[in-house]
Amino acid sequence: MFFIGLQAMLSHWRKNPLQWVTLVFGVAFATALWTGIQAINSEARASYDRAEQQISIAQFDQIQKKDKSSIPHEEFILLRRAGWMVSPIIRKEFPDAPDIEFLGVDPVSYPGFNLAAPEASGVPLESIDANIAFANTATLARLKTHGGFEIRELSTVPDGVVVTDLANVVSIRTEKTHYSALLVSNFTPKWQRPLAEVAKDLILINRAEFATDLGRLTDSFHLNLTAFGLLAFAVGIFIVYGAVGLAFEQRRPVVRTLRALGYPLKKILWVIATELMVFAIFAGAIGVLLGYFLAAALLPDVSSALGGLYGADVPNTLRIRSEWWMTGMAIAVLGTAIAAASSFFKLAKMPLLSATKNRSWSQFTQRSGIQLACVGALLWVVAICLYFFGSGLITGFAILGGLLIGAAFMLPLFLLGLLTVALRCSRDHLVRWFWADTRQQLSGLSLALMALMLAMATNIGVSTMVNSFRDTFTGWLDQRMSSEMYLRFEDPEMARRTVSYLEGRVDAMLPIIQAKSSIRGELIDLYGIVDHATYRENWGMLDQSETMWDDIANGIGIAVNEQVARKADIKLGDSIEANSKQFTVVAIYGDYGNPIGQAIIGMPAFTAMFPNVTADRFGVRLKPDAIPVLMTDLKTDLGLTDDNMIDQSSIKQSSINIFEQTFAVTAALNVLTLAVAGFAILMSLLTLSAMRLPQMAPAWAMGLTRAKLGRYELLRALSLAGVTCVVAIPLGLALSWVLLSVVNVEAFGWQIPMFLFPATYAKLVLLSLAAAVIAALWPSWVLSRTPPERLLKVFSNEK
Amino acid sequence: MKSNITLLLFLVWCPFALLAQGFAGLGTEVEGFAVPERGIDLQFPRDHAAHPEYRIEWWYVTANAVSQTGEPIGLQWTLFRSALKPNENDGWTSPQLWMGHAAVTTKHDHFSTERLSRGGIGQAGAEINGTFEAWIDDWHLSGMDDYSKMSMRATSPEFAYDVELTANGPLVFHGDNGFSVKSSAGQASYYYSQPFYDLGGTLEIEDQTYQITGHAWLDREWSSQPLSETQTGWDWFSLSFDDGTKMMGFSLRQTKGENFVSGTWIEPDGTTTTLGPETLSLTPISLTSEGGPSLPTVWTVSVPSQDVNVTVKALNSNSWMATSIKYWEGPVVVEGSHNGVGYLEMTGYN
Repeated sequence: MFFIGLQAMLSHWRKNPLQWVTLVFGVAFATALWTGIQAINSEARASYDRAEQQISIAQFDQIQKKDKSSIPHEEFILLRRAGWMVSPIIRKEFPDAPDIEFLGVDPVSYPGFNLAAPEASGVPLESIDANIAFANTATLARLKTHGGFEIRELSTVPDGVVVTDLANVVSIRTEKTHYSALLVSNFTPKWQRPLAEVAKDLILINRAEFATDLGRLTDSFHLNLTAFGLLAFAVGIFIVYGAVGLAFEQRRPVVRTLRALGYPLKKILWVIATELMVFAIFAGAIGVLLGYFLAAALLPDVSSALGGLYGADVPNTLRIRSEWWMTGMAIAVLGTAIAAASSFFKLAKMPLLSATKNRSWSQFTQRSGIQLACVGALLWVVAICLYFFGSGLITGFAILGGLLIGAAFMLPLFLLGLLTVALRCSRDHLVRWFWADTRQQLSGLSLALMALMLAMATNIGVSTMVNSFRDTFTGWLDQRMSSEMYLRFEDPEMARRTVSYLEGRVDAMLPIIQAKSSIRGELIDLYGIVDHATYRENWGMLDQSETMWDDIANGIGIAVNEQVARKADIKLGDSIEANSKQFTVVAIYGDYGNPIGQAIIGMPAFTAMFPNVTADRFGVRLKPDAIPVLMTDLKTDLGLTDDNMIDQSSIKQSSINIFEQTFAVTAALNVLTLAVAGFAILMSLLTLSAMRLPQMAPAWAMGLTRAKLGRYELLRALSLAGVTCVVAIPLGLALSWVLLSVVNVEAFGWQIPMFLFPATYAKLVLLSLAAAVIAALWPSWVLSRTPPERLLKVFSNEK
Repeated sequence: MKSNITLLLFLVWCPFALLAQGFAGLGTEVEGFAVPERGIDLQFPRDHAAHPEYRIEWWYVTANAVSQTGEPIGLQWTLFRSALKPNENDGWTSPQLWMGHAAVTTKHDHFSTERLSRGGIGQAGAEINGTFEAWIDDWHLSGMDDYSKMSMRATSPEFAYDVELTANGPLVFHGDNGFSVKSSAGQASYYYSQPFYDLGGTLEIEDQTYQITGHAWLDREWSSQPLSETQTGWDWFSLSFDDGTKMMGFSLRQTKGENFVSGTWIEPDGTTTTLGPETLSLTPISLTSEGGPSLPTVWTVSVPSQDVNVTVKALNSNSWMATSIKYWEGPVVVEGSHNGVGYLEMTGYN
């Protein structure tokens, strides 16, 4: 008997294959976008976890020299004897493999080392007193020679690193040994002497400072993706909700008949529930599969963005993990259940002898519109309150959610109002019919229109953000990368030789010199610059005093970047101390893409503070067409390599590439969301066109040709989509404002000025209208081809 | 059993009885290390410093002190040296490894901590250089090269102490003039003590600072092959009686047969009498399992030849050392024919 019921129910889909396709693909698309993003997130998360289990020196606080030089052995011992639990490391190139780091550690003093569980710290002991080193499989494969070591495979060693005992890395006697840095254990004994008392030129760097807050930064990236995933899922569920609602409505007669024949309601509900779950699982499987391909396609961009931006190491290849495919299936079933819930309960409560009004579902009442709009308004109020009283990244995204969903909920009432006004203002009967008929269709289309508006607003918001970001970033790059060529040296002697070689051959050599310091407790990179027109002419500041360049040159002024200004609450004119010297803040400058605080002082002041620091990088000013010749000469005459020099356009290009990769994923998701919204419109129009014969037939009978009716259909879709798009523009701008002023500041610590891009918006509107027209073409063509006899049948069937 | 040979070598650091906890190979002769010999005269100040040609060595101070309010407090300061090879190299290639243990015990609390260091780099060591200094990180035991006056310091996140030790008696040599036999098979170590230190200084426990006074006992011991394979652990006593006499006694527990019992009776002037199984008995009275495996924290100690028959009771029965290898070490109170204080170490209880 169950099967008889099932057969009766399934017959509906046979008659309405389009509805079935809408249902299945709605769920599949929603699941695909959600699963794809979850797959990317889980891949990234797994790689962060791996990184945490690795021998990662970035997980500890470090002590370094302020001038970034290496730390002599005596200072390591002085620190230990002063109660500092520090462990030395040496980082150098592996013999004959300059791209592989040879990391020497002392397992015994390594933070967290415990004799009872020596493997817990992750640092192998076997290399003590033995020519043994460790690398992971990938690094091992890259090594051409083993440099006289027995290199063993160890998966906890990070990529590109060979780890061994310090004794194997130091080749000279202890008194002459210098260390790259000292790792600091969080074990702090009583009576530890202050660091400055032990050695004035050492600085304690909190691990968060040089781990670049990887967690927080990547969090924002993943939260961004997840928000997109949720949005796409919501759009998908809108579609499913529409399809399921319609199917339930249309099957009421079947249900009534079955019940009249004695088929119990409970069984009918079972049949429907089973049928829906089978569809959901089927669609979920398609969705998970699509999601896998989506994630696989996007992952290379994600991993290069995370690598370029944050130095996070995420592999390019996707692994199938139960955590995302299972949640994908679960969310498909759950989504279907949510979308079907209200229709299901309505059906369960339907009286046996209720009239089977086919159109009841599609009749949009003003009351329900007002109710929905009220919920939307409430969401806006919540979003506004969050803006004023909340803080943090999650709050930023919650504001976005409230803003978008709230607007979507208010859309149907807004459109209804607009159409009512249009109807009242029109005199012509045909026009009045057009408006009235449009209003009548609104309910059936409103979900699709909401989806369109969300997709459209997101597109506008995100493209405004990305373009503002790009404009600011490239403008900033132009200022900062104002030298035509850059040189970089590992060896100070080589640097000195090159400087004297270039004297007279180029317009100017601008040393880039840097040391670690702190301002108001915030760790910064302190730069010294020479007084040169390059800076005076090119550098724009967010805020500056009139005499800033003179003050910097005279050693009394300091310019700080926006990050440290925000963190340490520094304003123009403030007096601040850097490395025990007082400076006046004469400028605050934008510094995009850099998570760390930074400050600039004049070269004389810098060298007075750090007499031993020499410049290892230089900006070279010369005529751009002289660059290729100079590069060749430097190679032949001084033996420099490509690693030592880069021209301005290449460095800019590589910076912009990193930038573009960061937003490639966002752009791809944008297009996909828009496509899903287009699909929603297509499906809604197709279903409506089949249902709307009773409304069309009288108009046809009164003399409107089918071709005209078809054109009106197209026009209707176009005008509804048009209005929706227009409404989406301010919403999108609000969205981008929240992204730039709230989310970005929380995530990165800098604010990007918002620019408007009317041409982009026009293009987006056209694209959306095109999507709406394409979606409406087929239904209106179907309508214009409706055989007259079907239209006539409307009258004969109507009783 | 760990296959990691270096780990095994690390474990060589531990005191005798820790070594006897069943770690393989430690009972066997190790190629190249010097072995203690009977009849050798120890040379000072040279022998106060490290002996890298021997496999293990320690400087072990235990102290019974009181706070200004009379509250009894125990201090422990230990520096262990362990060699992977019988020599010393400069720098990171040194085969010497060092470990520091320190503890503070009151009636209600017991804090312990550990430090580790490679040899050869200056982070830890024990040297005579006009003066004596044994150190690891910010801890030290340093002073006159005849051990007559020392300053002793240790720190941890929970406690720190810095005290002065002044000897008012001579060094005391155990066994046959410092040659101390540890098993019936003949394993032995060099072993001497300075049990006559007066102590005064500062102790900080969490946020409290105390001025403390009392007495301390320094043990010096080094060897290469101290244990027999059948020995599972040891119970070691250092007792100071109110009449000025002192005694050291230990019992090495055997898997088969009688425990190996030995000791030294020390007169107030430093004169010694060696004690053996016939003249010294160490008997566990009651067990406690507070804070770890069950072990005896109340003992009867009797030395009939000296009319000693006392009960030795832990000041704090939970004096487990939370170090890499767990053992029990804490101050004791002595009552009976003689009254006094002392220290008890118990290892190898699992």
